[in-house]
Amino acid sequence: MAEFRARRGSNDNRRARPAPRRRTGFDVRAMPGAGTLAVATFFLLYIPMATLVVFAFNSGQSLSVWEGFSFRWFVSAWHNAAIQEVALRSLLIAVVAATCATIVATMAALATTRTAPYPGLTFKYAFINQPLMVPEIVTAVALLIVFSRLKVWTGYSGLGYLILAHTAFCIPFAYLPIRARLESMDLTLERAAADLYAPPLAAFRRVTLPLLKPGILAGFMLAFVISLDDVVITEFVKSGGQDTLPTYLLGQLRRGVSPDINAVATMFLALSAVVVTIYFLINRRRV
Amino acid sequence: MPSAAPHPAVRPRGARRGREIARRWLLSAPALLVILVAAVGPLFVMALYSVMAKGDFGDVRFGTFSSEGWFGVFFQRDIFDDTLTLADAHLTIFWRSVVLSLQTTLAALLLGVPTAYFIATRPARSREIWLFLITIPFWTNLLIRTFAIQEVIRNEGILNGALVGLGIVDRPVQIMFTDTAILIGMVYVYLPLMVLPVYASMEKIDFRLVEAGYDLYAGRLAVLRRIILPLARPGIVAGSILVFIPSLGAYVTPRVLGGGKNMMLGNLIELQFGPGRNWPLGAAISITLMAVVMLALLVYVRNATKGGQHG
Repeated sequence: MAEFRARRGSNDNRRARPAPRRRTGFDVRAMPGAGTLAVATFFLLYIPMATLVVFAFNSGQSLSVWEGFSFRWFVSAWHNAAIQEVALRSLLIAVVAATCATIVATMAALATTRTAPYPGLTFKYAFINQPLMVPEIVTAVALLIVFSRLKVWTGYSGLGYLILAHTAFCIPFAYLPIRARLESMDLTLERAAADLYAPPLAAFRRVTLPLLKPGILAGFMLAFVISLDDVVITEFVKSGGQDTLPTYLLGQLRRGVSPDINAVATMFLALSAVVVTIYFLINRRRV
Repeated sequence: MPSAAPHPAVRPRGARRGREIARRWLLSAPALLVILVAAVGPLFVMALYSVMAKGDFGDVRFGTFSSEGWFGVFFQRDIFDDTLTLADAHLTIFWRSVVLSLQTTLAALLLGVPTAYFIATRPARSREIWLFLITIPFWTNLLIRTFAIQEVIRNEGILNGALVGLGIVDRPVQIMFTDTAILIGMVYVYLPLMVLPVYASMEKIDFRLVEAGYDLYAGRLAVLRRIILPLARPGIVAGSILVFIPSLGAYVTPRVLGGGKNMMLGNLIELQFGPGRNWPLGAAISITLMAVVMLALLVYVRNATKGGQHG
């Protein structure tokens, strides 16, 4: 940043030079203040998360005074039966919902790409992306209304409702990368397969599916993270004793903070970061 | 639309085309069905609930229609003499939600646009890393991020620790459970939603145009105002909408940082379905919120198509 200011100070009146090859001369891309505000943004984004992670390793009870390094909160959180239960439930819901969402989204993507426009195509786009456009709290209370009645009528109040709700809002997240991938593939290879007398199903299994795999994987991972993160819809749809990790944490927060929660949050954060990193790497390789 | 490129193989005529379309509907049916059952359908049921009479213990008296729900959004009836007054509490919350969402959008613009510009002007290789640093918080659990900012701004948190330590204030400033806390929290959690779309449109800027501007003796401010910002406009509009909409419907952040008193619309809705036991009113407020969001989206779509014509 110092370099940034110095350059501006000394070169401000030297205009009209071609785009600099060397880093001397007038930089047309420089904009005073942008760097400072960008640094402020990165600090704002990372200081809170860093604080959370650092104090998860604190050996004392305090969340503001450092008393030494320790894993004790991770150990106690790991052995906490309640946390184990809700974490496993979160994972179960996320795996099932993301799998279902990815399967139906793949089918929908195959049905809505690589075609001349046909009646209902725009409607399908709008319908599939609908969960993205309505505030979560609105969907949550609407589901509460419908599912609470269904629970009374059918007598069933298991995890099915949560899985169904999660599948629905995961579909657009799974759909987008799969559709993007499909649109970058043309039909030549499939046509070649058909020329070689491959039945449509074989062509799909041996040609389309392998090519589509990165998109499907990316879609699954987005859906998985989205399901794992959900608080609002889960909070309203769950029956008694169906807390997931986020709703459990929300309940705990009301009782005040404790380093246990920091440890859980840190593990959760690490999981999200790993999934995002894999997603990022897959996407980069695709180019 | 990317599908505009013709795919001759899937453009059969007559009966074959009919079969093809039917097959495509069948293939997308499961996804559409799930969304109908667990997203779109319930919204219609909720609209129906908003015009029914409320039940004594929550829920509604099915089949008994009443306008009380919608009426209650704006007015309240005195329990003793039935005089009508404006529902001050609701209007305050409406107002707070709109103002806080606008402030959040503005703050996100102020920080997000320069950040996007900064990233867009990095060399290609380091650009990816900066972008990745924005993406990580974007995909991190919102509750955990809210929790993280809470640790920073609470009375014993590091912000107050630093302020007291540096002698700027003598005792911790109460930030938690105020509107300011909600504002800080929402800026923090929604900022990546601003940076990403603004970056996407700034990345495409042809810097020869900027150079031409300087050649024509424009100052930095003029270049920013007349070249960079207009070119980044689609991203700026998209980012503002992406920040404004979830802010307006925020539920977790005001609940954790605002405490019980500083409610936003999301919390008001929850109240009606919880202790308030007034489901029709809750449904009516939800529909109002949804209508505002749809309006904002409409503005965005109109803007986006206009932008497309220019570019």
